[in-house]
Amino acid sequence: MPNAAVIALIPLLPLAGFLLLGIFKNTFRNSSGIIGTILLLASAFIAIYVAYGYFFDYGKVNGVYQKLIPFQHVWLVFSKGVSIDMGIMLDPISVIMIVVVTFVSLMVHIYSLGYMKGEKRFSTYYAFLGLFTFSMLGLVLSSNIFQIYIFWEGVGVSSFLLIGFHYDRPSAVAACKKAFIVTRFADLGFLIGILILSYSAGTLDFNTLIQRLTTPGSPELQNAVASSFLGISAVAWGVVLVFIGGAGKSAMFPLHIWLPDAMEGPTPVSALIHAATMVVAGVFLVARLFPVFAITVPGGLNIVAWVGVISALLAAVIACTQTDIKRVLAYSTMSQIGFMMFGLGVATYGGEGSLGYTASMFHLFTHAMFKALLFLGAGSVIHYIHSNEMKDMGGLRKHLPITHITFLIACLAIAGIPPFAGFFSKEEILLAAYENNPAVYWIALFTSGLTAFYMFRLYFRIFWNGPSLAASPSPSKGGGAHHGESFIMMLPLIILAIGAAAAGFIPFGKFVSSDGTPLETKFHLQFSILPVALGLAGILLAIWLYKKQSTRAGKIAASLGKLYKTAYHKFYIDEIYLFITKKVLFNLVGRPAAWFDKNVVDGMVNLTGNTTAAISERIKKLQSGKIQQYAIYFLVAVIGLALIFIYVF
Amino acid sequence: MEPGLYHILFVSAALFFIGVYGFFTRRNLITMLMSIELILNSVNLNFVAFNKYLWPNRMDGLFFVIFIIAIAAAEAAVAIAIIINLYRSHQSIDVEKAEEMKY
Repeated sequence: MPNAAVIALIPLLPLAGFLLLGIFKNTFRNSSGIIGTILLLASAFIAIYVAYGYFFDYGKVNGVYQKLIPFQHVWLVFSKGVSIDMGIMLDPISVIMIVVVTFVSLMVHIYSLGYMKGEKRFSTYYAFLGLFTFSMLGLVLSSNIFQIYIFWEGVGVSSFLLIGFHYDRPSAVAACKKAFIVTRFADLGFLIGILILSYSAGTLDFNTLIQRLTTPGSPELQNAVASSFLGISAVAWGVVLVFIGGAGKSAMFPLHIWLPDAMEGPTPVSALIHAATMVVAGVFLVARLFPVFAITVPGGLNIVAWVGVISALLAAVIACTQTDIKRVLAYSTMSQIGFMMFGLGVATYGGEGSLGYTASMFHLFTHAMFKALLFLGAGSVIHYIHSNEMKDMGGLRKHLPITHITFLIACLAIAGIPPFAGFFSKEEILLAAYENNPAVYWIALFTSGLTAFYMFRLYFRIFWNGPSLAASPSPSKGGGAHHGESFIMMLPLIILAIGAAAAGFIPFGKFVSSDGTPLETKFHLQFSILPVALGLAGILLAIWLYKKQSTRAGKIAASLGKLYKTAYHKFYIDEIYLFITKKVLFNLVGRPAAWFDKNVVDGMVNLTGNTTAAISERIKKLQSGKIQQYAIYFLVAVIGLALIFIYVF
Repeated sequence: MEPGLYHILFVSAALFFIGVYGFFTRRNLITMLMSIELILNSVNLNFVAFNKYLWPNRMDGLFFVIFIIAIAAAEAAVAIAIIINLYRSHQSIDVEKAEEMKY
């Protein structure tokens, strides 16, 4: 068995960093970045050590990866068997996740040493990064469904803090509020889902809950299936509501609106949010409860699949039209998370059918590599140009050679071109979809072609396309030494590029599968031809349109007319939300409520106050300040009382 | 003629109302204080009279009187102190001059 104290260090080290740098932020003003990075480096090493131990030493019993709980502290007991515990659960997905989270977070820490240099709130930034990492690690290690909820909210808070890091910028303030409110709204579903699931299962513990809700014939399951609401059983409601929470955090349609705005935070934070923490939390949650989805509520899994694939397609179409490079990347994240979601959605529990599950986790792993790389690369570009807009870029391959190469690797990886990482994971997802749900497969195939197109549109617009910068090598006013590519910022890019290029060769099925038994993933050459061909077609289209400055792209956009405009405006989903909240909710609910509050609630309070004031205005003259007058009142009252006592009683 | 209870109560009631009248009509605080003493003494007289005529074997009334005299002395000391302070701040002990403490 693993040593619980060692595993507990993984999340506790970033927490220590948060407390240390948060409390003594002035003491560690300059060294805070180094301290945070070292703590995370230690955490990452322990994570890799634990992962190694789990996968190769103690994790496997009789060929099946076990769910180990090395530490469990019973914390709040509600009734017998129902308690909120603080525990650590090791199973293949949580072990993979701690490696991914600490690794990407470490890269972001190192990168930020260069990127955030000179920032006034440098220590605060590193403190927040530590909190974010801690929350995410706590989330993936949770052994209790309520514990996961606590850390879930921790992730929400720390993302709020980081997105709104530049709080003097109104857009950042708006973005962090939006992210927080949208995910909070989804978390309401999650909380209700938790309550329903734990009520039907009679426990909050993950293992017990999953076991009770998936064993056919267990009394809890029979009750949960028997009790229904609107014709849908309680357990189905529970998992669907939990999925709503996951969809909110993972930016699935229609709760995705916060993600593109979340790039208002510093770019390394976007890398962290998009690659390792926050958005994959929803995928992780579905994976964590996967047996319940797959065995008890297959219909819920169908919802997951369709929401995932629709989000993937929608985001890919939007990404083709955006001009802000971080926004393109944000939509590509949403699209890739959609892939992971429908990967889970098309899987079944155990055996061959669980390929989707393995593939989804695999994609999560590889996506973390190349998406972190893309964001950090974009950060490097933004650092150089001081702009997010594509029109300010072009021809940067000469100025930023390392960024250029690593960005290209990441683009190839996300486009699914062999032998880069994204190819392997995406093929597996597509294969799983093909075998289980052909409709989803065809949409996903189209989306994967689009992915290649928009990623290479981004790539060519930044690094090729015209000499706009060749004439003026230092476009920014400041110039200065920190421009170009500093070693500290390039190091993470190079490491991640190696990961993005090579991670695909990990035999992932051996380690991660829905029921713990290693899954032999076969490689189908004929099957991969179509996706790869589509990907190449997308790339060629991007080359034709964007490699050189030309009017072709503009013409195509013009010929698409309405469709292009709609996609450019993100299908007006933000506007729909605004319409619903501002016009419908505010008018139909807000105004009557305000009227009631102003007139009835306030009215009663005001009435009391006004009456008292009016009466006191009338009788205040009695307090004249003349002692003898008071004495007369007193005497009259005494005589009056005497008369009453004598004649009445 | 031996004076009975009624005679003494008449005297006491007269004293009481003289005191009340003085308290209401006088503007000088010292005089008002004297009026209060009259009221207190009318009460004392009542106590003594009731004690003597109704329960001649007991001494409760007398004890009350002694307490009231003691308290009246203390009260007079406090009142005089207040009056002196009032005089210092208002240069007068006319009760009508001291009516700032109002609404």
